[in-house]
Amino acid sequence: MAAHPGGTGITVPRSVADSRAAARYFGAGLLALGIWWLVYRSLPAFSRWFTFSLLGLAPGNRLSSAVEFFVFDGPKVLLLLTLVVFAVGVVRSFFTPERARRILSGKRESAGNVLASLLGVVTPFCSCSAVPLFIGFVTSGVPLGVTFSFLVSAPMVNEVALVLLYGLFGWKVAAIYAGTGLVIATVSGWMIGRLGMERYVEEWVYAAPAGVDDGDEGPDLSWRDRVDYGLDAVRDIVGKVWPWVLAGIAVGAGIHGYVPENFMAAIMGADAWWSVPLAVLIGIPMYSNAAGIIPVVQALLGNGAALGTVLAFMMSVIGLSLPEMIILRKVLSVRLIATFTGVVGVGILIVGYVFNALM
Amino acid sequence: MEIAILGTGCPKCKQTTEVVRQAVEQADISATIQKVEDIQEIMKYRVMMTPAVAIDGQVKISGRVPTVDEVKSLLSPAR
Repeated sequence: MAAHPGGTGITVPRSVADSRAAARYFGAGLLALGIWWLVYRSLPAFSRWFTFSLLGLAPGNRLSSAVEFFVFDGPKVLLLLTLVVFAVGVVRSFFTPERARRILSGKRESAGNVLASLLGVVTPFCSCSAVPLFIGFVTSGVPLGVTFSFLVSAPMVNEVALVLLYGLFGWKVAAIYAGTGLVIATVSGWMIGRLGMERYVEEWVYAAPAGVDDGDEGPDLSWRDRVDYGLDAVRDIVGKVWPWVLAGIAVGAGIHGYVPENFMAAIMGADAWWSVPLAVLIGIPMYSNAAGIIPVVQALLGNGAALGTVLAFMMSVIGLSLPEMIILRKVLSVRLIATFTGVVGVGILIVGYVFNALM
Repeated sequence: MEIAILGTGCPKCKQTTEVVRQAVEQADISATIQKVEDIQEIMKYRVMMTPAVAIDGQVKISGRVPTVDEVKSLLSPAR
């Protein structure tokens, strides 16, 4: 990264210009990160000062503990969210569906399933382009099961959900969420591949022109473009989800101070065996992105629902959605969609039971 | 000049249509804007991400909502 000193008036080669820009962005990034860290570190003190000095609430009662919780957790989660969404945005600027397809085509199953699940996390994806992506993958030689691993992991392992789980329940829950999501995506894709269901893909799909136009892949991006990409992601995602996040934390704060803790335990506790399948079934017709579901998760957990049951509910809402199945019906037969739902559903059930048993 | 907007009707596709419409208006050129919503038709353009914008059959943008200036610069060489 040694920027060439004194390039007077001569046209600087693109690579040198780019590494200079990289150095500048690196410096600015460090500064921003430093400020971020200072703000983050001073949140506990700030929330105490705000609650007890500014508002003059007495320590130890319900109201003050709810206020302190909200003033601490609200900014904390938003700060984490901004940082992670930006980082994920920059990482995603290195990946496109075209590149994922190139990496995956011709890969064998097993290793291909694992790779597809991981790529599903880092590749920008919107469920509205699930169908073109599906066709683009299978027509260029990506095995059907590997394609499914990608399609399962892309919505299920979501960076916003990850940050929220980390912020609200700690890194263990967040890691478990990401890990189990990847395992479900890998295994269910692998199983669909084993079942040999290629004939249940609608015929016209394989008749579609092979390969995909790489049109928009464009020239290699500069660091400036990548930073812009990250900032765009922040504007787009954080700009959209912050009311939901704050609502979730407000609900959490309310519970923190008021609602008795084992309110939900009877219906969604670990002792009720049927709670996990019920949670999955309720989750299927509901459709929400990961951020929208977090307030609900927060409310359920705060009221004594078991973690496994709540995770199963959350994964079902995000990963198995009726609207997406209807979109996929254009390219897949009902039988394949049912298999897909069944395999992923069983995976979610296992996660639910395992967590309820462990925690 | 024919501009095709490829997308199955998600919010981003509508935004894209709006952006393209504004760009055409500002660039003051004559172009037909066509929305392609049928998935089989979309696949003929061989795109993997919607929304996508194709100009005279060539895919120029896919997987994101472009800016008005970007679309204008795509339109200008043909003037």
